Amino acid sequence: MSANTYVPDVNRRSKSSRAQARLAWLLITPTILVLTIVIILPVFQSLRQSLYGKAGLDPETGFVSDVEPFVGLDNYTAIFTDAGSRFWTAAWNTTLFGVVTVVLETILGVAMALIMHRAMRGRGFVRAAILVPWAIPTAVSAILWGWIFNQNGVANAILGQHIMWASGNATAKLAIIIADVWKTAPYIGLLTLAGLQVIPDEVYEAAKIDGANAWKRFTRITLPLVKPALVVAVLFRALDALRMFDLPYILIGPRKGSVETISMLVQDEASNLRYGSAAAYALILFLYVFIFAFAFTRITHADLGATAPRSGGRRGRRLPATVFLPRRSPSAVGASGAAEPTERSAS
Amino acid sequence: MSAATASTPVSVRPRRKIDWAGGLSTFGIVLIVIYCLAPFYWMLVSSLRPDTEIFENTWWPRHVSFENYQAVFSAKNNFGQGLINSLIVSVVVTVVALAIATFASYALARLDFRGKSVLLLVVLATSMFPLVAIIVPLLKNFSAWGWINTYQAMIIPDLSFSLPLAVWNLTSFFRQMPQELEQSAMVDGCTPGQAFRKVILPIAAPGIFTTAIIIFIGAWNEFLVAVTMINNPVMQPATVLLSKFTGASQFNTPFGSQMAAGVIMTLPLVIMVLIFQRRIVAGLAAGGLKQ
Repeated sequence: MSANTYVPDVNRRSKSSRAQARLAWLLITPTILVLTIVIILPVFQSLRQSLYGKAGLDPETGFVSDVEPFVGLDNYTAIFTDAGSRFWTAAWNTTLFGVVTVVLETILGVAMALIMHRAMRGRGFVRAAILVPWAIPTAVSAILWGWIFNQNGVANAILGQHIMWASGNATAKLAIIIADVWKTAPYIGLLTLAGLQVIPDEVYEAAKIDGANAWKRFTRITLPLVKPALVVAVLFRALDALRMFDLPYILIGPRKGSVETISMLVQDEASNLRYGSAAAYALILFLYVFIFAFAFTRITHADLGATAPRSGGRRGRRLPATVFLPRRSPSAVGASGAAEPTERSAS
Repeated sequence: MSAATASTPVSVRPRRKIDWAGGLSTFGIVLIVIYCLAPFYWMLVSSLRPDTEIFENTWWPRHVSFENYQAVFSAKNNFGQGLINSLIVSVVVTVVALAIATFASYALARLDFRGKSVLLLVVLATSMFPLVAIIVPLLKNFSAWGWINTYQAMIIPDLSFSLPLAVWNLTSFFRQMPQELEQSAMVDGCTPGQAFRKVILPIAAPGIFTTAIIIFIGAWNEFLVAVTMINNPVMQPATVLLSKFTGASQFNTPFGSQMAAGVIMTLPLVIMVLIFQRRIVAGLAAGGLKQ
């Protein structure tokens, strides 16, 4: 019976592999189309827009002209003149928030994950509680922390102070950092916990028998084994922190130099119809984020899309290659095979 | 913590050590829960204070009052409409992103074709994209097309973060399923399309649902696109309206009704999180980690 159905399959092999590729592209086309429309085309438009200035008054008619003058790289060089002081403040704020919040979140998150990993009781409840800050809309959490940091708010009541949080330069920054860490440290904790849970207990037992103390077990076993998971979580968080917008915009307010980030600067320029400089600043941020992500993945050997899908896909691919599609081009399998050792050494 | 017991064969000692560790981790758990819930609790308590007692920092309002909740829905705030706008945008974004992403991620996870890993990298890269980098051309295009203050002006840019997230999440869900599923279906005479529809899709439903929750929460929380594209209060989603609540006078921030509005906007999400916490954690882990 099975032999009967298998024989005609032999003739359909190459056909079915081509059919599979055709089906795959058919299924993927809508996604490619949408991503092209909402991301790839706009980026190129931004690139072009950044070379144009603000439409001025038409000298002949006296009305606002709808032609934007070509200004070349003026929008970029403007960051080195007086107009640039606002940009550099925003760039500094963006970097500060990115670095400080992510470092604090990582430390707190890992601590949370270690505690949750040990705890036996009430795991479901804790997991639900830890998701609450993540689920609260950033706009709501900004309003909430604005209320906590109000002059007559609970933060001052607890501290016994009368700090004007929003108007001080350092205190405004601190308020943003506290609010952001509150919202996202649990998220890092959750992802780290997921990484912790795949470490087999036997590893710890073996280390214990060998006489490793708790700190040694943490630095020599837990950290290296949880690192791949943690690195990805930290990268995603850092990219999020570098494009921070809602929290400072609502908690402190728009156009407040103390907390203005590059995203806020871009949005402000765009809503004031200075599209050219908005696009230029946006692209600088884009480049900044890109370089950061590139450097981060290089330094930490973060295991991202490049290897994850291959290693997973290979497992799936090998079966049809032997059972269904023996004449698959070896290039795909070979490529993933070649990537395997680097992936191993990374993790 | 356990260094003291390294060489003690006495049987009483280890038991006491376990109690210690248990007590310490219970204490840690309590700290974590307080850390996560205290600000939310404060929002809830503040929203229940009458306006005259709003600056009292007691643990519980002296007089529980719902006047803030009534104020939120007063005509001038337009908040009911804002919730409807948020709901429309979030539901449409979720449905569209899922519909498109389900096909793409099935192909990426289960089918064999050239350029697959490049595509996955592109999807990953787009999910890391700073939204402001595309807001300028989109704003210009939309105003040229008369799309400012429309739903599509919010929905289409939202796809730039929800679609890559959906593809990434669903791909890892699809990949976790045993490959034999389609094989046996195809041996039984199904085409790949039929195998997908009749075998894979029903089994993938939980993963799709999880992804839907995460996308919905993301779209519900969106602020930057809405504040840029929408200036008509009637069209603004709840997040933007909340940030612009005004009190009786210009210098009087209506903290009570802001807190009430915050509770109203958050409570559905918190309930969702409580019910589906296990799924959401699985989804976040799938999206953020290599499984």
